[in-house]
Amino acid sequence: MGLYILKRLLLMIPVLIGITIISFSVMKMAPGDPTSLLTDLNPNMNEEAVKRIRAHYGLDEPWYVQYGKWLRNMLMLDFGKSFAADNRPVIDKIVERIPITLLINLLSLILILGVAIPIGVMSAVKKDSLFDKGTTVFVFLGFAIPTFWLALLLMILFGVKLDWLPISGFRSLNYAQLSLPEQILDVAKHLILPVFVSAFGGLAGMSRYMRSNMLEVIRQDYITTARAKGLGERTVIFKHALRNALLPVITILGLSVPGLIGGSVIFETIFAIPGMGQLFYQSVMMRDYPTIMGILVIGAVLTLVGNLLADLFYSLADPRIRVAG
Amino acid sequence: MKLKKLILVAAWAVAVLSGCGTGENGTSRFVEKHWIEQPAAQEKYEPAYGDMIIRGSIGDASVLLPVLASDSASFDITGLIYNGLVKYDKNIILEGDLAEKWDISEDNLKIRFFLRKDVKWQDGIFLTGKDVEYTYKIYIDPTTPTAYATDFLKVRDLRVLDPHTIEVVYDRPYAPALGSWGQSILPSHLLEGTEITKSPLQRHPIGSGPYRFVEWKTGEKIVLDSYHDYFEGRPYIDRVLTRIIPDLATMFLELKAGRLDQMGLTPLQYTRQTESEWFKNNYNKYKYLSFGYSYLGYNLQDWKFQDKKVRQALTTAINRESIVQGVLLGLGVVAYTPYKPDTFWHNPDVKKFPYDPKKAKEMLAEAGWVDTDGDGIIDKDGKPFEFTIITNHGNDIRKNAATIIQKDLKQVGINVKIRVIEWAAFLKNFINKRNFEACLLGWGIGIDPSQIDIWDSRKTGEKELNFVTYQNPEVDKLLELGASTYDRAERKKFYDKFQEIVAEDQPYTFLFVQDSLPIISARFHGIVPAPAGISYDFVKWYVPKPLQKYSIQP
Repeated sequence: MGLYILKRLLLMIPVLIGITIISFSVMKMAPGDPTSLLTDLNPNMNEEAVKRIRAHYGLDEPWYVQYGKWLRNMLMLDFGKSFAADNRPVIDKIVERIPITLLINLLSLILILGVAIPIGVMSAVKKDSLFDKGTTVFVFLGFAIPTFWLALLLMILFGVKLDWLPISGFRSLNYAQLSLPEQILDVAKHLILPVFVSAFGGLAGMSRYMRSNMLEVIRQDYITTARAKGLGERTVIFKHALRNALLPVITILGLSVPGLIGGSVIFETIFAIPGMGQLFYQSVMMRDYPTIMGILVIGAVLTLVGNLLADLFYSLADPRIRVAG
Repeated sequence: MKLKKLILVAAWAVAVLSGCGTGENGTSRFVEKHWIEQPAAQEKYEPAYGDMIIRGSIGDASVLLPVLASDSASFDITGLIYNGLVKYDKNIILEGDLAEKWDISEDNLKIRFFLRKDVKWQDGIFLTGKDVEYTYKIYIDPTTPTAYATDFLKVRDLRVLDPHTIEVVYDRPYAPALGSWGQSILPSHLLEGTEITKSPLQRHPIGSGPYRFVEWKTGEKIVLDSYHDYFEGRPYIDRVLTRIIPDLATMFLELKAGRLDQMGLTPLQYTRQTESEWFKNNYNKYKYLSFGYSYLGYNLQDWKFQDKKVRQALTTAINRESIVQGVLLGLGVVAYTPYKPDTFWHNPDVKKFPYDPKKAKEMLAEAGWVDTDGDGIIDKDGKPFEFTIITNHGNDIRKNAATIIQKDLKQVGINVKIRVIEWAAFLKNFINKRNFEACLLGWGIGIDPSQIDIWDSRKTGEKELNFVTYQNPEVDKLLELGASTYDRAERKKFYDKFQEIVAEDQPYTFLFVQDSLPIISARFHGIVPAPAGISYDFVKWYVPKPLQKYSIQP
């Protein structure tokens, strides 16, 4: 087992380097560079100044040299400094945005699992019933409604008309003066709408997945056996069927690890939440190479680790798939 | 950074003064100036200290050291923290800021600034000529990544004669020189000897201005408090809080919920969504011409656009008034020259080419463009008149204007296609490579009238700004004369003539100047609209005691 993990970890290194080379070259292929925002169409810029600024960022060198330098720093876990005007270390920019993104994504994932799994199970058990059809419509509605539209409607209702919830941001302006319980309450109030909106859109996938898993499992012989033993329907479904139907969810959870730190631009923009989605979008728009690469690397590492974890847990949970050795 | 602030016209800044109805025959009158929706009867209240203003901004600042910044969101904040030697007053005329007064030598080569002696940095140290010297040096330092070195590179020498007297020497008379000293003066005692791009002042600025930095939560808010020892006196409003809300619809909902005091409205919000009684009672709307214009630029290297007659005909064929009405909902004016219509430098007596599709058709026929094959498209030498207008992604006003132009030109038999392209690709692959037929873009209008970079025949290299390749030796000469003449009246003559020639040549079809549409909570008093807008005397804004909403605990 240990050897297997080691092998998998070692294998990650070339994959990771491959990912960064592809990311770097695709990024470089996009027209424009970090200086164009500052220098292009700017009456105060002459050629001399442009050269000076390009040299300042090391953009005057060929791309493979730039990549080499970046990789060397990366190996020492140095993400470099942002090319944006703030010149801040990339890692600072990322770290200050991770907590809020992580919080929203975690809450929303929990909400999705908490709602979608029961819906999926019930729909499978009562296949083609009114409940099945009703929830199908409901979850697909969530899937189909544009996030920004739903968000604006909820903001108007709860923020402006009823004045129950804050409209945007993730904490009040006087947050620092509040006591700890008040702070928690404050953030909670701010997060109700964002978490609801982001979870609503994710219900469809998970509940349909759960439903089909469950349908699959219910048809298995051991369920028939369980029923034949005279077990109650409740025990059959929740003890025997559900456990097995939940197995593939591990894979999904593994794959959603990188998603936990990835934000959505539209969603964060609407709610004015300074998260990872906005950071990535802004970095791409201004061709802030070090920040783009930093986020991509973290995303790639999390994807690979998430995959590995999923495989490991899978083998723990399912005796049929044990790693040899 | 008062100067830059005016040039970059922040989203909300400023107000009013747009006396700009269009008169008969498409000729505009810009003489009649009126204040719009001026708050009534504010005088019954006494000015008072206190309260907080919450402003909405769609973008976060990037860096709070003005020498490194290049975005309006940053300048909007630094403008409250730093001062220049000079600033523009409410009538856009230079006055002293950190400099009490100044002398200009007979030959216009030397400027001597006399600094105020009572200016203290926000950390208690007195501001002296050393700070000015440092600021100048850091701007011209080749390792400083700044976009604003050009003006200072024209300085031959800067001498600190005594702690409060500075002499600047130029090689040649340079009229924009005085205004260029509106750049923020930086604290040398905190920056000298450090690497500017690593300075902590980038995120924790310390200036000499009316507000001092308190807190910056990236992507969330920036908080400034009033500086009680400010040399012009303590500002009335205790705190300026800028909330970053990237989505305009969300920002508007926050306003509607009463949680924002100031934002910039869209034309639609201005005309249709803020008309309720509630809005009238709680907010005041302002309207003024912004410092910028939009234009349709023709690539003059393209054979179709080389004939002046054709360009004049195109302008005549485009109904610019309908663009202002349809796209800006009437909140703007038609532009005829590259200067802001209600300012000193603008020349109202230029050729205007009012909308007249019939005449446009005749003009095109005179230039040899007629529909010979009866397909509805005019042609010349067997080639139909077709071209593509390119514009950048993310600006609906430009996209919509292009659509109206497309329709107008169809009427005179010209086939127009529209292509909307992402900004970086737009610049790199099309504008910089001169790979376009016509482009719909906008320029900010600086306060100084010098526009050499945009119109000079020699500024046509890759990445240079004369990308339509407009070349007129007379214009070159006029612009040069303008830049070296100090006397305002004398100087205006050159720019008047320049405007006449550009209007005649029509390398661009000048389209429109938009209005800025700020809305501000009615509890703020003392806002006096002027040609410079409203924010020029922000320190004098106040909330009368009985109306104060927030109290700031120290």
